[in-house]
Formats: sequence, structure tokens, C-alpha cells
Amino acid sequence: MSKRKPYVKPMPANWFMANRFHTLYMLREGTSIFVGLYSLIMLWGLAALVKGEAAWNNWLGHMENPIYIGFHLIALVACLYHAITWFSLAPKAMHLQKGDQKISDKPVVVGHYIVFVIATIVILGFVAWGGAA
Amino acid sequence: MNSAMMRVKVQRYRPEQDDAPFMQEFEVPYADDMSIIDALHYIKDNLDGTLSYRWSCRMAICGSCGYMVNGVPKLGCKTFLRDYLNTGITVESLANFPIERDLVADIGDFVEKLEEIKPYIIRQDAVSVDDGEHLQTPAQLTRYRQYSLCINCGLCYAACPQYGLNNEFMGPAALTLLHRYNQDSRDQGRDERIDIVNAEEGVWGCTFVGYCSEVCPKGVDPASAIQQGKVESSTDFVMSKLRPRRPS
Repeated sequence: MSKRKPYVKPMPANWFMANRFHTLYMLREGTSIFVGLYSLIMLWGLAALVKGEAAWNNWLGHMENPIYIGFHLIALVACLYHAITWFSLAPKAMHLQKGDQKISDKPVVVGHYIVFVIATIVILGFVAWGGAA
Repeated sequence: MNSAMMRVKVQRYRPEQDDAPFMQEFEVPYADDMSIIDALHYIKDNLDGTLSYRWSCRMAICGSCGYMVNGVPKLGCKTFLRDYLNTGITVESLANFPIERDLVADIGDFVEKLEEIKPYIIRQDAVSVDDGEHLQTPAQLTRYRQYSLCINCGLCYAACPQYGLNNEFMGPAALTLLHRYNQDSRDQGRDERIDIVNAEEGVWGCTFVGYCSEVCPKGVDPASAIQQGKVESSTDFVMSKLRPRRPS
């Protein structure tokens, strides 16, 4: 008679705390909560803008609240962390080769940072231009 | 502790008498060049002959000696006591697989998945042996070579929380092997494998944790194969709307 009795270890709910790599992964995925909330606040602002000047000024008033300012700072850090992890993973999604040699990950990662810097300058330029006008 | 000895905690599970695994501590002689399987051999030969564990080649090519060493999936043959002098060593069976006995994990599910993806060259236009071999350029080889280096050790499955949470997921090595054949210029079986790629348990079961690539002892990078599989699956979705696939 077989004495087999395979034992299946249960996976605890906090499995991601046991391994640093998994913890950082959950942190990366967790940034989506802040990005999601930020998007809702933006939508709220857009809706206020459509409603008229009073609603818009009311929304702007809310945004001056230290709680909202604090939230935006946290959301900014979350976005940056997500972007950094994404940039470092981006090369995995593509196979690039020159002749019979695979191209290293570096150009793809550096390319992402260059686009990021250019986009940031363009957006900040627009904001400064809008503020001046 | 004697300076020439080192303590090693080993997971034990004897199905005929234990209800659950437990840890047992052994003292093994320390040497700079002593690997985890050397330590396990010492235990089996000198301290407790009932200890069960898998091993074979001792040179990181057979893929038999995968264990969790301090919670990290490692090959016992290329993991050395010298790297754990400050932390101590705990050896357990590969995570996410049922424990058969002591350090022996039942990796049957993984092996079945490897078979499922049709890991062989499929030709639509059968060629006679008399026509000679299928030629391949070095550039064509580069497209899949990295993914062909897998030794089926299962460390990536032990590293993958998605497989741990739901073992319906095809998992890193099987999807990588699938990608390896799809990328092979001699293969024409893409259409026969695409349903596995597209399935919920296929590439989309992966959330890009990336730990599989981190622990892979052969530098295969399964995470990259799966992400490229996602690109392929998305492309297939769009193309199938424009030009329906011929039934296979």
C-alpha cells in the first residue's frame, strides 16, 4: 500500500512580507492605489471646471488643504517609484538584436529616461507659459 | 559551536508518521568549498540515513537539487556554506510544490505543463530527411538561444507567487519553453500554441513580479519571455479580428 501523503504548505495572506523582492513588488503594485486616487481627484477638478467658475474655485480651495498637498506629494513619490521600476523592466518586453548579437538592456532604459526628461521639461514649460499668460 | 562545524536546519517530513513538516538541526563540518548538497550528503552518510533529497550531477545542469535556502530558491550544488556564515542555513523543499518527503518536492504538475506546450519543432510542410537538415543562421539562433538553456529545475515556480496562489497558471519555465519554440526559425507551430499563450492561465496569469528571472540559475530570464508572449498575444488578438486564423 502506498504511504504517499503529499503535504501542501498553505500560502499565508502576508506571503509578500517573507521575501524582500516580493515586498518591493507589492509596493510597486501598491502605487496604483495612489495613481487611481490622483486620477479621481483630477476628474473631480475637470468636472468642476465644466460646471463653472464657482465650482472651479471651490475645487482649487480644496487643493490648498494640507491633506491634499500631502497626498499629492505621496502620489508623486509613488508615481516616480512606479516609473523607475517600469523603466528598469521595459527591456524585458522586447527582443532587440544587431546582427547575431542581442543588444544590452541599457539603451532601452536610457531611452526611457531621456523621453521622461523631455516630457517633464515640455509639461513644466506649458505650466510656466500658462502661468505667465 | 565548534569553529570547524556549522549548523544546518533541514526540513523533515515523513508521510508515514508526520502530519506536517518540521525542522531538524544538524551539525556538519565546515569547509570553504562545501555546497548545500555536500552538507546533505554528510548528514545522510553520518548523522541520519533516512534524510531524503534529490540530486544528481553536482554541476548545475541536471536541475534536480532545487531547494529553498533561507527562503530563496537555489540549486544545492551551486550554493555554498561559506555564503551563510553570518545568517545560518535553513534548507526546505521547493516552495509552491507539494512536499513528498523531507526535501523532495512533487514537481509533477510542472512537468505536465512542460509537455502541454508542445516543446518540439512542429512543421506544417513536412520535409523529407533526404532534403537535408533545416539550416539556421547565428542571427536566427540568437532569437531563442537564451530560452533554450533552461534545465527544468523548477526554481522559477518556487519563486512565482502567482503559481503559488493558483497553480492553474502555466508558470515561468513552461511559457518560456513555449516562447523558445515559437521563436525558432525552423518551427511552424505558433498557431497550435497560441491558445495556451492567450489563455487566462497563459501569459496573462503573469503580473510581472520578475523574481523568476532573479532566481534562475542559468540566466534564462523567463520574465522577458512571458512579457514578449504578452506582446505576441496582443498582436494575435488584433490580427485575429482582421484575418481569422485557420482552424488547426
